Amino acid sequence: MINAKPIHTLSVYVTNKPGVLARIAQTFSRRGYNIESLVVSPASDGNFSRMTIGVSGDADGLDQIIRQVSKLIDVLRCTDHTYDDAVVKEMGLIKISVGAEERGEALQIAEHFGCKTVDLTDESMILQAVGDPAKIDALVEMIEKFKIIELVRTGKVLLARGAETT
Amino acid sequence: MEKTVMDGGQALIKCLEAEGVEYIFGYSGGSVIPIFDAMITTPGNIKFVLVRHEQGAAHMADGYARATGRPAVVLVTSGPGATNVITGIMTAHMDSVPMVVLTGQSVSWMIGKDAFQEADIFGITMPVVKHSYLLKSPNEIPRTVREAFHIATTGRPGPVLIDIPKDISAGPFTGDLHAEMDIPGYRPYAEPLDTAKVKEIAEAVSKSQRPVILAGHGVLISGAQDVLRALAEKLNAPVTTTLLGKGAFPETHKLSLGWLGMHGTAYANKAICECDLLLNIGSRFDDRIIGDPKFFCKEAVIIHVDIDPAEIGKMIRPQYHCIADAKLFIEELSKHVGKLSTGEWLKTLDGWKQKYPLKFKRQGNLKMQHVIDEFYKLSGGKAVVVTDVGQHQMWAAQFYKTDKPNNFLSSGGAGTMGFGVPAAIGAQFGRPKDTVIAFCGDGGFQMTEFELATAALYKLPIKFVVLNNHYLGMVRQWQELFYEDRTSGVDLEGNPDFVKLADAYGIKGFNLRRPGDVKRIVKAALAYNAGPCLINCEVEKTDNVFPMIPAGKRIEAMIIDAPKAGSKKLEKPTGST
Repeated sequence: MINAKPIHTLSVYVTNKPGVLARIAQTFSRRGYNIESLVVSPASDGNFSRMTIGVSGDADGLDQIIRQVSKLIDVLRCTDHTYDDAVVKEMGLIKISVGAEERGEALQIAEHFGCKTVDLTDESMILQAVGDPAKIDALVEMIEKFKIIELVRTGKVLLARGAETT
Repeated sequence: MEKTVMDGGQALIKCLEAEGVEYIFGYSGGSVIPIFDAMITTPGNIKFVLVRHEQGAAHMADGYARATGRPAVVLVTSGPGATNVITGIMTAHMDSVPMVVLTGQSVSWMIGKDAFQEADIFGITMPVVKHSYLLKSPNEIPRTVREAFHIATTGRPGPVLIDIPKDISAGPFTGDLHAEMDIPGYRPYAEPLDTAKVKEIAEAVSKSQRPVILAGHGVLISGAQDVLRALAEKLNAPVTTTLLGKGAFPETHKLSLGWLGMHGTAYANKAICECDLLLNIGSRFDDRIIGDPKFFCKEAVIIHVDIDPAEIGKMIRPQYHCIADAKLFIEELSKHVGKLSTGEWLKTLDGWKQKYPLKFKRQGNLKMQHVIDEFYKLSGGKAVVVTDVGQHQMWAAQFYKTDKPNNFLSSGGAGTMGFGVPAAIGAQFGRPKDTVIAFCGDGGFQMTEFELATAALYKLPIKFVVLNNHYLGMVRQWQELFYEDRTSGVDLEGNPDFVKLADAYGIKGFNLRRPGDVKRIVKAALAYNAGPCLINCEVEKTDNVFPMIPAGKRIEAMIIDAPKAGSKKLEKPTGST
């Protein structure tokens, strides 16, 4: 899949207070940027949270939005990791419709992508995939030959490598 | 830790007292009764002003802050009381004015359940506040109040809202009145001044032969007017200001170009087109200044100095920028620059000043400009001038020159009609010894005229000048120029007799119709100090403000004088409003 506008991956470190997500979301939506994925979780210090936001839109305007987000009182920092060599991971759960005769092929694909089978019935199975978002894209593409009943992805999470700060 | 037996409301009042609050402007209601009660039961020096509509309270606090540089407090009830202040909050936010707004809220356990007079004011105001809080416990009050004032007044100032459920203001306070702030994400000060960057900028400035310094509101907020003047004189460089920057540099100074932009002076705008360097200190390159950004200052080196990093490159991408407090920046820059060879440039500018002066005709029907000019002369240019929004605002800015900071108060970014009357009241509370003149159009005046009661009650000697053309003149001007004179929705037929209206409030009124009476009546109004007075000026109905840069057009498209009758039709402007 080729995006006209690249998806930027931002990491936002915030104080864990009510309203902070709304303020950040508002900053993006006001300028017409669409949030493609969003993960919020407590940071190592429970007073803070880390948000990983995937957002599409043009890079010029995004710089300004990053500055506006950084300016929010509850935001400690907002960094764009799109072009960094950060560790980026995502998890996907894919429920596919497979009967006994197709199961073998499905499991073969699953194994190739390092997936776990986390649910199995006579008519369906759920695959759990963890890894690079592009890898999950590829898995979904392959598995599409079966009927995908439902699919959910967590959205990217990332940490900068080594001495770098996220 | 100081333990006391009091309720949340009393703790709140003590905390406001500790912040040095002089005035609370507000309006009562069910959910704030505990706070209003605490104002009685908690001894202190805070004065409460009861307004007639919550919007009035917000603009009063705004006018007070702009006139004094200190924040005031707005206190209103939940639901409609709170929603009525939104325009005032937005106005302050657009113009970086410090303000702390306290809103009552339903009891905590009813929030989100459509309780009587419940509104999600925390959510509704989110895009127009610098920050906001919804209190969860009475014990959060001291920390929150301290943070609110700190946030409102530091860095780029702005309004902060605290939503206070009734059970919080009525509940027992068992916390620490001296609780510390906890805002690790707030970095209001530009990091230590980047002196290397200032030196680079100094080098660029030193090469300039046709520089223009553009001073914005940030210069006033930072208190940098004196160092700016010293810098301009050292460089021998001309200074123009934004509308909100009026007073950042004396407009009567020989290096002043007045203010620039859509209705600014022709010579300031022409200077922007011809300069080789633009040093913008504390202005956000508003669309009213830059016209079409693609063509703005194309030939010049642009330098942008702002305390807010999000402003750099927002409208105009500068060649050099510095995130800094205006005063610190100017002080540092001054060390590295000397006199520039601007002789030719200043001569050119003086030529334009001669050729394109701001002007109006004293003959014929009474002109707004004539009234404003007379007030300027007879008050010695020393009054605090407050305007509403529209044609009169532009003429007030053109003809009442401002030499001192915080003496010209106007809703610039928001363009809020109805600002003038209450903001003048707030300004007079803050500057009781100064003459306050409120120039209003008949449209904006009627949006908040009910606050005349507040002015009368406190015998504030404000001169309310209603420049009455029976039209929404600015829109009518656009319709005349760009919509083939199809006036639509701008005729204010049904205006009251403003002098009778003033009389009903016990306010002295003057009617002014003839140019020949201007001097006498302005003199009488300025001499009347027993309380407010109102001067209803029946002015030319269809006068237009010039110069004018059509919205969204490049500055070079400036219309300096009124187009001749039957001249080529003007294109509709493409810019915002």
